[in-house]
This record gives sequence, structure tokens and C-alpha cells, in this order.
Amino acid sequence: MDTVLFIIFAVVAIVCGFNLIFQKHPISSALSLIGVMSSLAVLYLLLGAEFIAMAQMIVYGGAVMVLFIFVIMLLNAGTEKASSKSWFAQFAGLPLLCLFVAVLAFLIRAALPALPDVRFGRWFGGTAENIGKMLFTQYLLPFEVISILILIAILGAVVLARKEID
Amino acid sequence: MLPPVPLSWYLILSAILFALGVAGFLYRKSIITVFMSIELMLNAVNLSFVAFSYEYRRIDGHIYSFFVMVVAAAEAAVGLAIILTVFKNRGTLQIDEVDSMKL
Repeated sequence: MDTVLFIIFAVVAIVCGFNLIFQKHPISSALSLIGVMSSLAVLYLLLGAEFIAMAQMIVYGGAVMVLFIFVIMLLNAGTEKASSKSWFAQFAGLPLLCLFVAVLAFLIRAALPALPDVRFGRWFGGTAENIGKMLFTQYLLPFEVISILILIAILGAVVLARKEID
Repeated sequence: MLPPVPLSWYLILSAILFALGVAGFLYRKSIITVFMSIELMLNAVNLSFVAFSYEYRRIDGHIYSFFVMVVAAAEAAVGLAIILTVFKNRGTLQIDEVDSMKL
């Protein structure tokens, strides 16, 4: 069962990823990105990461993508113009990218030979309880630093996007 | 009955998504789409973190991917504000028309 789920959602993620690159309109790319994020949330559930799956849906699929779509609609972003690419990018880009994926896959298979199988239900470590305990004990300092980072980001966004009042 | 999924498939899926993000980052010309490709790369890395976390039965990877999510949200807020400002000042979203720092 989890094999079927993995194959379905991995294929959905890859197809949506290709769609993100090949669509000319930013809204279509944004919808494809939502597809990638939702299928990744299902894969996180298969890996026993409940909290991360929910956070993925809420933070990425919800908040960040709403922000993207809001900006696309606000700026009335249309179809992008095709521009001249260098000959090197046109002819060597795709083979180099395939080579990159092939090398990564080879390294994964060669350097990590004895990876176990993934079975749904064998490990449920990523509950909100465990993550909360870890976050407020061992990772307390990064947690506080990141809350300050969020505060700075909010202030920066407001300052950058405000209207100049003379 | 299908055989169970090896963990390396998750890692290879993560590599493929990362490569797609790199391709989008390099090929697309709209600033917003370039930004979305960066988000795709961050998602791919998160999948690796969670997969390794499953292998070692530790939730440190989950914490890291949570931090990546938070930083990505902050980055999206600031980056989209910068895009708004660029559009307000120049009236374009094409990435190769914003080249005033080019020599």
C-alpha cells in the first residue's frame, strides 16, 4: 500500500515540478508548486513525520503560496517574454542537468549501500509532542534566534513594501 | 504485493526535485518564477532531511526541516516585498531587464 502511495505521489511531484518549469504563466507555475508541496506532505506522512507534514501544508501550501499568488495578482504578472539565451545554456544545459541527477543518484546508491526499507507505521517519531520537547530543550537557542529572525523579516517586509509618505 | 520502497528512492526523488529547481532557477526569466524555483529546491532538501531522520530514528532532521520552513517563510516575505519594490521602480518583472549593477 505505501509503495503505491509513494509511486503515485512521487510521480505527481515530478510532473508538477516539470510543469513549474515549462509553464509560461506565473499563476500556472504557482499552482504546480502547490501540487509539489502537497504531494511532499503525503511523503512526509509516509516517513512518519506528522508534524512536518502538517506544517508543510499550513506554512508552505497555505501561507507562502498565498503570498506568492497575492503578489502575482497584485503585479498583474503576465506571460514572460522569451529572451535570448546563450548557446552554451541552450545546448549544454539539459545534458549537464541529467548528468547532475545521474551523479547524485549514483552517489546515493554507492555511498549509502545498506539503507533500510520504508514501511509506514514502523516509526512515528515526529509527533508534535516529541518535536515540541526537542524544540524547547535541546534546540531552545536556535528557536529563539529564529523567532527574532521572523520579527526582522516582518519589519523588513513592511518597510520595503510601504508607500512613501512625503 | 509490491515490494517496499527503499529509502534511497526518497533521496533520489529529492535529487530530481532539486535538479528541477536548479533548472527553473537558471532558465526562467520571470523574477517570481525564479523565486518559486528556490522554494522548490528548499522543499527537496527538506525531503532529504526527513528521510535521513527516518533512517536514524531521530527527530533532529525534523527540527532542521522545520527551521528551513521558517527561514523560507521569512525569505518569501522579504523577497516578495523586494519584488514589489523592483516592480514599482522599474515596471518590469523580467530578470534580465534589471541589470543596473552590470558592468
